[in-house]
Amino acid sequence: MSPLLAAAVDLTLVLYALAMALVLPRLLGGPTAQDRVLALDLSYVFGMLVMLVLAMRYESTSYFEAALLMVLLGFVGSMALAKFLLRGEVIE
Amino acid sequence: MTSPAALEIVVALLLAASGVAAVLAAVGLLRLPDFFTRTHAPALASSAATWCATLASIVWFGSRAPGPALHLWLIPIVLSITAPVTAMMLSRAALFRGRQAGAPLPPPLGGRQ
Repeated sequence: MSPLLAAAVDLTLVLYALAMALVLPRLLGGPTAQDRVLALDLSYVFGMLVMLVLAMRYESTSYFEAALLMVLLGFVGSMALAKFLLRGEVIE
Repeated sequence: MTSPAALEIVVALLLAASGVAAVLAAVGLLRLPDFFTRTHAPALASSAATWCATLASIVWFGSRAPGPALHLWLIPIVLSITAPVTAMMLSRAALFRGRQAGAPLPPPLGGRQ
């Protein structure tokens, strides 16, 4: 990996970390429960993006499965939380 | 056939664009005024940022292994199906909870003053 690409990968990881830190006040502070769920969903997407970039950094395709799992588990978790907020039950 | 240097420049630019889009999505979630406008911000992360990052991965792994890196397409395809469903369910939950709390939802036409 060339120095240019290594620098770009590092810059991208720093930007993702900054984005996750910017989401944190919304996740911890609300103001409503659905705001927190939205912030959690967005941080799942950022975690998935970090996995994609780490796959390039460590030249391993195993990170791809982790990224796909994070997409699916983030969707299932957000759907369960949204269903709970809507109905008061996850499975009726 | 492009040279390796040009290919790396393309990958680096796509990665930087993905990072900038992610930061913009986070800033949107932080700064927008109410929940229904905030639901628009994560779409930037699950569309632009994800597309740029997967495209960079596709170009990078496609240049290193024989054959195209097709399995990486699964991530934007799955995300483009799941992200709107999540946003719609959360909006319905917010509408329900706002009406239970007595808020005049949906807000009147004409936008905010």
